[in-house]
Amino acid sequence: MTYTDLPNKLTGIFAMPVPKPPDESRRSFLKISGGVGAGLVLGLAAPLPKLGPTGAQATSGALAPNPFLRVAADNTVTVIIKHLDKGQGAATGLATLVAEELDADHAQIKTEFAPADPIKYKNFAFGVQGVGGSTGLANSYEQYRTAGATARAMLIAAAARTWNVKADDITVKAGVVSHSSGKSATFGELANKAAGESVPDKPTLKDPKDFVFIGKSFPRVDSPAKVNGTALYTIDHQFDGMLIATIARPPMFGAKVKSFDASAAESIKGVVKVLPVPQGIAILATNTWAAIKAQRAIKVDWEKSGAETRGSAELVAEYKALLDSPGTKAREEGNLEDAFKAAVKIVEADFEFPYLAHAPMEPMDCVVRYDGSSADICTGSQMQTLDHATACKVLGLKPEAVNLHTVWAGGSFGRRAIADSHYVREACDIAKAYGKAVPIKVIWTREDDIKGGWYRPLYVHRIKAGLDKDGTIVAWLHRIVGQSIGAGTPFEALLVKDGIDSTSVEGANNLPYAIANIRVDLHTTKGGVPVLWWRSVGSTHTAHATEHMIDMLAKEAGKDPVAFRLAMLKDKPRHAGVLKLAAEKAGWGQPVKPGKFRGVAVHESFASFVANVADVSLRDDGSVKVERVVCAIDCGLAVNPDVVAAQMEGGIGYGLGAGLKGAITLAGGEVEQGNFDGYDVLRISEMPRVEVHIVPSAEPPTGVGEPGTPVVTPAVANALLSGTGVRTTVLPMNKQRYKSQS
Amino acid sequence: MAFTVTINGKKTSIDVDPETPLLWVLRDDLKLTGTKFGCGAALCGACTVHLDGEAVRSCQIQARDVDGRDVTTIEGVTGEASATPVAKAVQAAWIKLDVAQCGYCQPGQIMSAVGLLTQIPKPTDDDIDKAMDGNVCRCATYHRIRAAIHEAAKTI
Amino acid sequence: MSRQRTYSAVAMSVVAAIVAVLSIGGVGQSLFSEHDGTLISTAKAAEKNSSVADASQLFSPVAAVLRHPRCMNCHPRDDRPRQGDDRHPHLQNIVRGEDEMGFVNGRCTACHRDENSQHSGVPGAPTWHLAPLSMGWQGLGDAELCATLIDKEKNGGKDIAALVEHMTKDPLVLWGWTPGGDRTPVTPPHPQFVKELTAWADAGAPCPATAK
Repeated sequence: MTYTDLPNKLTGIFAMPVPKPPDESRRSFLKISGGVGAGLVLGLAAPLPKLGPTGAQATSGALAPNPFLRVAADNTVTVIIKHLDKGQGAATGLATLVAEELDADHAQIKTEFAPADPIKYKNFAFGVQGVGGSTGLANSYEQYRTAGATARAMLIAAAARTWNVKADDITVKAGVVSHSSGKSATFGELANKAAGESVPDKPTLKDPKDFVFIGKSFPRVDSPAKVNGTALYTIDHQFDGMLIATIARPPMFGAKVKSFDASAAESIKGVVKVLPVPQGIAILATNTWAAIKAQRAIKVDWEKSGAETRGSAELVAEYKALLDSPGTKAREEGNLEDAFKAAVKIVEADFEFPYLAHAPMEPMDCVVRYDGSSADICTGSQMQTLDHATACKVLGLKPEAVNLHTVWAGGSFGRRAIADSHYVREACDIAKAYGKAVPIKVIWTREDDIKGGWYRPLYVHRIKAGLDKDGTIVAWLHRIVGQSIGAGTPFEALLVKDGIDSTSVEGANNLPYAIANIRVDLHTTKGGVPVLWWRSVGSTHTAHATEHMIDMLAKEAGKDPVAFRLAMLKDKPRHAGVLKLAAEKAGWGQPVKPGKFRGVAVHESFASFVANVADVSLRDDGSVKVERVVCAIDCGLAVNPDVVAAQMEGGIGYGLGAGLKGAITLAGGEVEQGNFDGYDVLRISEMPRVEVHIVPSAEPPTGVGEPGTPVVTPAVANALLSGTGVRTTVLPMNKQRYKSQS
Repeated sequence: MAFTVTINGKKTSIDVDPETPLLWVLRDDLKLTGTKFGCGAALCGACTVHLDGEAVRSCQIQARDVDGRDVTTIEGVTGEASATPVAKAVQAAWIKLDVAQCGYCQPGQIMSAVGLLTQIPKPTDDDIDKAMDGNVCRCATYHRIRAAIHEAAKTI
Repeated sequence: MSRQRTYSAVAMSVVAAIVAVLSIGGVGQSLFSEHDGTLISTAKAAEKNSSVADASQLFSPVAAVLRHPRCMNCHPRDDRPRQGDDRHPHLQNIVRGEDEMGFVNGRCTACHRDENSQHSGVPGAPTWHLAPLSMGWQGLGDAELCATLIDKEKNGGKDIAALVEHMTKDPLVLWGWTPGGDRTPVTPPHPQFVKELTAWADAGAPCPATAK
């Protein structure tokens, strides 16, 4: 397999648990460390066309024993971040690990995104460079600690040699290397000498009891730049002679350009070129406003014969028709048929989940500079290896001729982890078609983003469950209907096994409750709407269906929702642990104030366990107001507890926005929403108070970016069930009005 | 067409199509990229700047609207010379509470927070709900934005 | 279509009313000029006029326009302006503020400029703002709506002539007929509305009897 074939086939595993970095690969990066400098010094603000070999000098006098850090003579420690940071705190997390083992001072830490390199910077969960599935910290935990410990050992060795003392008598604290004699030096003072020391093969890692940052506090490294406006996102990159590109995109998925009239667009001052590209009609202009205006002015006659023409209502009807027939089996235990016959009560519900757009604040964008023999790509790249290989392939260049510069991304929520690398591909297509060696920045408008597909798939579920006379669940049939995210992508081999896309059933086929007779099956539908993982992926729908169903059953059984769950979680201590913690902190069991309802949900995703207790009230118009969410999470060792809390707060807000209001709908194949008016998102007046409690743990760290998202909606639905008696089976919740029973 | 506008305290001459949104004048012509593009339709607040001291959506203000007027951007409230005590307090609170996640909306959030605290030094939660609702944060950092505004209010 | 038919039927009755008013010559005029804008006097006027026109018939085409979402959305009876033909509360938690021009940061003119934005679809007209709370119309029946409209205590001291002027010439009101984007314009066309309005005014701005 050649490098540019990579996008067609991925190796490695995509699912948790995340393997630890094998020793072999650690040695291999250490071996090649000597030549690493050139690749490391990619200043974000440096002019794109000049990037490349010129950066090498910057490492002179620096200690760079591995691809993950650089200690410079100016006493800065630069941590090289192999993953995209799109807000989840990857830069802070990885810097925490290095700073911990290096015993650095927070103030001397800087970060820099790594160049594309599928060997040095691979994600051990994927086998290539990229991040997603909340794997960022978990797969780097030992790797970045080792990187820090390596540099620390070399600084100590250099100090010992310089001072002619024993290394054992040297201590390092907050960026200062000291000897009992009173001698001390900063990292910067020792960096040059340390670079001459041999690289230790197996540096000793700290005993966790000695941690000063991990599990404690390490403020975000990106806060100052993000607060003063200097953090550079893709869209902020500007270069001399740069052109801005927009693309007139098809109004329906699968529509193609039949013909176009560019005369009106070309007459707009600043428009330089109108180019047909595979994605539509590209406009190149000297300024963004001209490019945006021209995109609207261009007249395209679209060939719609191959396009998806169904609307959401038709899709839901088609999907619902499949609910009556068995799907492909994802899980089966016991004898369901007999169990249903024996059950004294049967509860059944059908659920509908709409398409959802990720709508990150920064719409998709990519900067490219291509001169026929080399290229620079600058974007918030979440799957660097795929994006880089795609650029190489489209431009017909060798990997070493293409520099991929990863920069801060204004959100992703899955949107930038895209199998076909389309936002890089289209930029390369445009650069190639234009053929002039100028930097080109492709931007998407918000309308392009909202209407552009790659949604959380539309799903329909049915859960039918039986209770015995004691109110115990004895039968559970869960049927899911929807599109596969993995099918037809490079991820297919990783995600789809025996006709089951694991992302369609995750959270349902691993239902944690002890139920003797259970079946989960799946109808995978086909359609023209491109779909993608959306923060917490399958759990976005399975958590709601399963956890809301559990409350319906608890109600039928006349049992307390927490006790009902705990009785079925005897073999699931981590589920039970977060459930008990959230319940206790929320005051579960105590009376709720009049007009307020309380609901609970618990769910595992991405190897982390989250429980939410939601306090909910109704506005005068019967719409839902979520007042407080108490969240408990077990993510193993919380490397940076404040970042964990932030991810829970944000995940709850993101999930709640979708649960309350989020829906992309189609009519006749056309998306009905276009901006934040039609696709309404959570705003501050709708944000509940959030309290996060982290279960103390010494287990290896697991993900936090996604697991906070899917639990709030079922917790709110369960509160509404308790207070209004109404089931929330069709999302979003603003489709119905609720009325208190009391 | 040429216009004269005071940007962050500095008289600046711009020569653009009069209907160009201020957002793109700032970003493309003046290279002040702290002000962000999020929706282009006054729906997200990422492009919030102050026009004669009042928060506006720069995607809706045209170049011809700002002739002879004062515009303050995130770069202005950050600058040593131009920063007000309120802006300094807001930014310090944002850093103290590590509000930002992806950070893309935060310049707009900060411009709105400065606007709020300048007019209402001790805002209530209800004031915050009204004055900050136009600023979308998809990372949903709202919880900390609220806390940071209260924190800043303590120090002003 | 049915709405248009309704309007044409209304228009015909208005024409009949105008003829009726004209036929009694100066009576309508004198009533108009003497009008002090209070509910009671209007009721009296309507009483005096009862022989020539059914007051509810004269006011109902005016009421239909006032109830159009383009007008009603900025005449709420609470602090939230509305949006859209479904009159949902304005997104972004926009509220009236102390001067009907919005709260801090959410000032009307922060987004709404002097004209509709051709590119973003944000509507605009000079001095975009909410009607005062006293001029909140939502949910009012014809009688209450009419009474509110002509009440100088509530309408900002406008006499009938000033009201007609407001609805005939104020650019913000006129915007309702050219709202741009995919917004439904007020119907009937503005000249026809002016005729209906004038007819009602000329008849002494009679208000329908209070709700049945």
